[in-house]
Amino acid sequence: MPMAADDISRLIREALPDAQVEIEDLAGDGDHYRATVVSPAFAGLSRVKQHQLVYNALGGRMGGELHALALITRAP
Amino acid sequence: MTDTTTLESIRNTVESHDVVLFMKGTPLFPQCGFSSLVSRVLQHMGVEYHSVNVLEDMDVREGIKVYSDWPTIPQLYVKGEFIGGCDIVKEMFETGELKALLDDKGIEAA
Repeated sequence: MPMAADDISRLIREALPDAQVEIEDLAGDGDHYRATVVSPAFAGLSRVKQHQLVYNALGGRMGGELHALALITRAP
Repeated sequence: MTDTTTLESIRNTVESHDVVLFMKGTPLFPQCGFSSLVSRVLQHMGVEYHSVNVLEDMDVREGIKVYSDWPTIPQLYVKGEFIGGCDIVKEMFETGELKALLDDKGIEAA
């Protein structure tokens, strides 16, 4: 069962409370999203580290239940 | 569970080639859009790279995710360092950071 956009956004904000999260449903099928996450927690981190923070927030769903989530991350 | 021999063999592969792409399928026959995109970026830049088809070995397919603490395939490595998956490689290519990184590491790239 693919994840709903609101669940993705909620999980990210639970782990990164000060993040701004925007989710776009790329294909309208509830399975291909792009998440843009802006958070001070990313300051000074490499893109890999920033994305790992988001993947950790999604608690291991990335690559499994969540097949395709394109990520754009940056500090404000 | 990924055993140490798999992790060792991954380390050996990553450290014995300048550029390594763990992907689903092969550069000629990619089996996933994300893998295909990264291999085409490298091809477009004329970068020589060693590709590993993770679909041929489940241990490597799971082991690479443990090795880099990264949940998806493809995964690009340059001089032993994990650079990123499809999103990051695409973003770095578009901003010119990928070319700068390859130049910095002394790797031929157009």
